[in-house]
Amino acid sequence: MVKTIKGIAASDGIATAEAYLLVQPDLSFDKKSISDADAEISRLQDAISTSDDELTKIRDTAKESLGEEEAQVFDAHKMILADPEFTGAVEQQIKDQSVNAEQALSDVSNNFISIFEGMTDNAYMQERAADVRDVTKRVMAHLLGVALPNPALIDHEVIVVAHDLTPSDTAQLNKKYVKGFVTDIGGRTAHSAIMARSLELPAVVGTDSITTDATEGQTIILDGLNGAAILDPSDEDIKHYQKLAKDFADQKAEWEKLKNEATVTADGKHFDIAANIGTPDDLQGVIDNGAEGIGLYRTEFLYMQSEELPSEDDQFEAYKKVVEGMNGKPVVVRTMDIGGDKHLSYLPLPEEMNPFLGYRAIRISLDRQEIFRTQLRALLRASAFGKLRIMFPMIGTLQEFRDAKKVFEEEKVKLVEKGVKVSDEIQLGMMMEVPAAAILADQFAKEVDFFSIGTNDLIQYTMAADRGNEHVSYLYQPYNPSILRLVKHVIESAHKEGKWAGMCGEAAGDNIMVPLLLGMGLDEYSMSATSVLRVRSLMKKLSTADLKELAERAVNESITNEDNKKLVESYINK
Amino acid sequence: MEKKEFHIIAETGIHARPATMLVQTASKFSSDINIDFNGKSVNLKSIMGVMSLGVGQGSDVTISADGDDAADAVAAIAETMTKEGLAE
Repeated sequence: MVKTIKGIAASDGIATAEAYLLVQPDLSFDKKSISDADAEISRLQDAISTSDDELTKIRDTAKESLGEEEAQVFDAHKMILADPEFTGAVEQQIKDQSVNAEQALSDVSNNFISIFEGMTDNAYMQERAADVRDVTKRVMAHLLGVALPNPALIDHEVIVVAHDLTPSDTAQLNKKYVKGFVTDIGGRTAHSAIMARSLELPAVVGTDSITTDATEGQTIILDGLNGAAILDPSDEDIKHYQKLAKDFADQKAEWEKLKNEATVTADGKHFDIAANIGTPDDLQGVIDNGAEGIGLYRTEFLYMQSEELPSEDDQFEAYKKVVEGMNGKPVVVRTMDIGGDKHLSYLPLPEEMNPFLGYRAIRISLDRQEIFRTQLRALLRASAFGKLRIMFPMIGTLQEFRDAKKVFEEEKVKLVEKGVKVSDEIQLGMMMEVPAAAILADQFAKEVDFFSIGTNDLIQYTMAADRGNEHVSYLYQPYNPSILRLVKHVIESAHKEGKWAGMCGEAAGDNIMVPLLLGMGLDEYSMSATSVLRVRSLMKKLSTADLKELAERAVNESITNEDNKKLVESYINK
Repeated sequence: MEKKEFHIIAETGIHARPATMLVQTASKFSSDINIDFNGKSVNLKSIMGVMSLGVGQGSDVTISADGDDAADAVAAIAETMTKEGLAE
């Protein structure tokens, strides 16, 4: 029976493969008194030895397909299994308390987890609690005789079906066999969605129910273009989607031809299309897609993927790799944007009623200056290797920008005095995402070198609608004239002072938004690397002279988001 | 019984990779091997035991081995300590 599940299109492309359910099984058990401790211990030993064999296999597979670093976690798991203090304690518990192996395992494991988690000054040990949890889960599954998903062992083409995908889940997936993701929760900006786009895999998120709708091994067509998953498709469906997949591939091949061309409109105006990245690993995608720079390097991933604050040298290496790799093309680095929905285990932040309105980004950097100064020193050192630009996130007042700039200047002077080579041409800019700053853009423009408009946050703060809250998701209105007026004001303010303005949110690559932004004269468009060629192809067909008038109408005559959507669509179809 | 004292110089103390290397070295020997720190003694063949000690930079620890290959074990552990930059 064919069944179509709707979701959010999170990454372009179409794939057909078997479903692989990455779902945690039920590991609940009852506490039992036992009389034959030896039999219970031998049951435990069997489960441990099966788990160990499995881990050996997973480690070897992971080493081959994912690399040494990803495989190390399984070595750590094997060591816990072989640990006399751990398994010995479980055996002792079975003997002393006359309880079943499940109960003894759970008690001992919880004891270690609480010791490790209690070491609040030591992030590394807190992370090890997760390892103990993982190992316990594996042994428990074998004791109970239920199957655990082992994504590292996937050896045929699959579409991964999951409630959500965490960074550690995705690290374990063999990219050779995974053809796409579909999840219950998440939006276009969820980790799984960003990951899928950087791997160029189709993805559909936010289906609500895919983990209960799909069964293991069932054929799934994943339509990442329209946001749907088709379960048990008919031959007709398969034919239809094969054609769609071919059209998409043909179009991509057509776009591919623009890879080494500059971005020029039909009337000969040049604009810059840049790419957004999270780690130096994304660099290859940027180069492959012919971006003219990096418009947003989200440095928070450096902090999120680490078990402690990344050192100045580690940061320097990452920044240098990106700046050098871009070979003279500009790289805009955004300083740490932690807080809101992004947390660090080793930097506990206070519980807040409204984290997005709270202690985040530049507000943390200016308060915890030792962290900020380390990052700025690493950036300054990297500036000698290419064309580096720095921007500060969440600037709301001029004082914040001045304070951040002052810290930057201080670190620069100190490095220069020590004889370290730093560039004298580092532009200092800011994210335009707080409405207070956007309204006052004319004043900010006198002091900054550039603006980069962050649409997701600018929309969320202007519309007073949490971007993660599905009940108010209708208020995510990028074409609302109120947003467009702010954007236009920001661009014009920059130009009046001879500065440049860019955009680094989702909207910069949006087919409706791009014509309006061209009409307003936005200079730089930064997007997912995989969108670069599509937008370059779009711009080639557009003429800025017409668009100026279109943008004027969108800002001055339209009333709603829908008005503007229709306005641009009817213009393009003409 | 063989004993040797070490002064830990590694910036992060005994954790992560160095702890793993110590446990792996100790596990190669049949002797009972313990690490003493701050009045607590744990089995050096236990990664969870070693890590739960939380040995930081500047600490003094004592390694003791009891068994047929005790002398070799202590020598091998001393070598690992130097190689991993834990102690001089």
